[in-house]
Amino acid sequence: MKGLGKPPLGSRDAVSAPQLHLVHHDLEAELQVTGDWIACETGVRSAVEVRRLVSDVAAARLRIDAARLGKWDSALIVFLKMLRDEARSVQPLGIRVDESDLPRTARRLLDLATAVGQSQVAALEMPRISVVARVGAASLRVGTELSRITILIGQTALSSLAALARRASTRSVDLLQQAREAGASALVIVAIVNSLVGAVMAFVGAVELRRFGAGIYVADLVGIGLVREMAPIMTAIVMAGRTGGAYAAHLAAMEGNEETDALKAFGIPIIDFLVLPRVAALVTMLPLLYLYACAFGLLGGYLVSLATLDITGTAFLQELRGAVGAKQFAIGLSKSISFGALIALAGCYIGMRAGRSAAAVGHAATSAVVAGIVGVIALDALFAVCTNALGI
Amino acid sequence: MAEPDSDTRLQIRNLTVGFGLNIVQRDLNFSVHRGSIFAVMGGSGCGKSTVLKALVGLVRPFSGSLTVDGEDYWAVDEARRATIGRRFGVLFQNGALWSSMTVSENVALPLQMLTRLDAEAIAALVDLKLSFVGLTGAAQKRPAELSGGMRKRAALARALALDPEFLFFDEPSSGLDPMISGRLDDLILELSTGLGATVVIVSHELSTLFAICDDGVFLDGESRTAIASGSPRDLRDHCDHPTVRAFMAGGAREFSRSPECHRE
Repeated sequence: MKGLGKPPLGSRDAVSAPQLHLVHHDLEAELQVTGDWIACETGVRSAVEVRRLVSDVAAARLRIDAARLGKWDSALIVFLKMLRDEARSVQPLGIRVDESDLPRTARRLLDLATAVGQSQVAALEMPRISVVARVGAASLRVGTELSRITILIGQTALSSLAALARRASTRSVDLLQQAREAGASALVIVAIVNSLVGAVMAFVGAVELRRFGAGIYVADLVGIGLVREMAPIMTAIVMAGRTGGAYAAHLAAMEGNEETDALKAFGIPIIDFLVLPRVAALVTMLPLLYLYACAFGLLGGYLVSLATLDITGTAFLQELRGAVGAKQFAIGLSKSISFGALIALAGCYIGMRAGRSAAAVGHAATSAVVAGIVGVIALDALFAVCTNALGI
Repeated sequence: MAEPDSDTRLQIRNLTVGFGLNIVQRDLNFSVHRGSIFAVMGGSGCGKSTVLKALVGLVRPFSGSLTVDGEDYWAVDEARRATIGRRFGVLFQNGALWSSMTVSENVALPLQMLTRLDAEAIAALVDLKLSFVGLTGAAQKRPAELSGGMRKRAALARALALDPEFLFFDEPSSGLDPMISGRLDDLILELSTGLGATVVIVSHELSTLFAICDDGVFLDGESRTAIASGSPRDLRDHCDHPTVRAFMAGGAREFSRSPECHRE
């Protein structure tokens, strides 16, 4: 738009300051607009300035004199638009602005900018809502969220039963793909995290128990602690960060790209196609990863115990075998199965409920990781209460 | 307003659609007949796409009814709705291809999920649908590797996967060059006259509207309801409503380029 007005005066760099000069004649006022009006170089007039200018006009007509107007761009149009709006709102009848002296292009652009029929995006008429109503609405939202979650769990359970009876349309290729991503690709990180946890437990245990001459009980500590608590939790937390977040991000991106709409339009059940393969993959992979994690955790504990205490490997393993029985493994396995279901469902649910923007994808991933980790720890606490009550 | 007869395949009565608290379009009444190509016209942002989403079951209308072959779509249970929906083919505005799959997998998925055909039959069908839209060469590409026009054609092939009786197109020719757009128009016409598909097109592309649509409804963004109905050509020639006239005349020409524009 630059240079649409008069040809540049002098060199390109020389910009004369934009000036406004108000002159009063008998019946009309004249506004002399002079100098260069280039937005990036001379700035844009503020609304306050325009209002002050209009309030100084003591006539019913304001003629614009553009005889000495230099170069101009949007800066001039912005000013003229504000002037037009401001003049119209002057009480009681408004000031008539005579724009006939302006360059023709400026007038056309000004008309475009003030044209009626600017698109209205279905305007939201926001009624004022009282605090009580807000609280009510919030609790209703919590209620619907809870019922949605329940419906998701129920539908997933039903369609997994249908899949077992070979009546659901879940494709085994999707299940295998998800299982590979959730299982095999997580082997390294699960091994590292759990062997370090086992090693740390053995260190701490060794220091404390040696003072009572009970160093050999490190095997019990590491064994029970890992198999029953640390291996399921640490593996689940790793998977919540790796896989739960990925599920949410993937589903949220599909939502934003209308890919889920396309599935729905075909009548392809979202649960069968998107949720079930993911839940099934995590529910089968997490117990396997748990067993693998136990092996590495116990190895870490074993090595550290041998290095810091003067016990033999045989004595350690003997003690371990006495401490850790099938019962501990059963508890750990049932934990990891429920953690797997929780992480996968949370990831899918949050992903499907995400908004349709790029930011929503990131937000969904973060929320899924947080929900997964907090959920896993809360569920573990529930397990602790239950096993305690049952005396196992 | 025609009374429902054996030829009426989609019947829309007093349909009001919107999001949250906003009504996008209200009190729509129209019916789509067997083998016709029906246009939902209107300016940008007037709610055409939302109306289409209500027609294909993605947005539940606030009120009113949608009858598909005599069956009230929103009154039946979800399983029945899904069954009705299998007769629909939908082309979304930006394609909405499943981005983690190749083009041929995109076309194959509905067949794999919803039919009991074996892999060989599915492969043959996929190949046929891709050749309809001239994309056999791109079968193994992922959507991200395709141009906008190719993506739209791939999405059309996918919409045709189940040989739908109803085809819904959201802006089929937007973003396509005139040649591909014309070819797409021919294909739609062929599907309608040759295969007897009932087609609903949401569009503001005048060339497509005039070329293939034989009935339609004009939605207005300001009053948020239908202001005219009839075939696009009829509306162009006989409608007196100023909005429709301006639309059919190619929009307001008030600011068109005139010779004196550059004189100053």
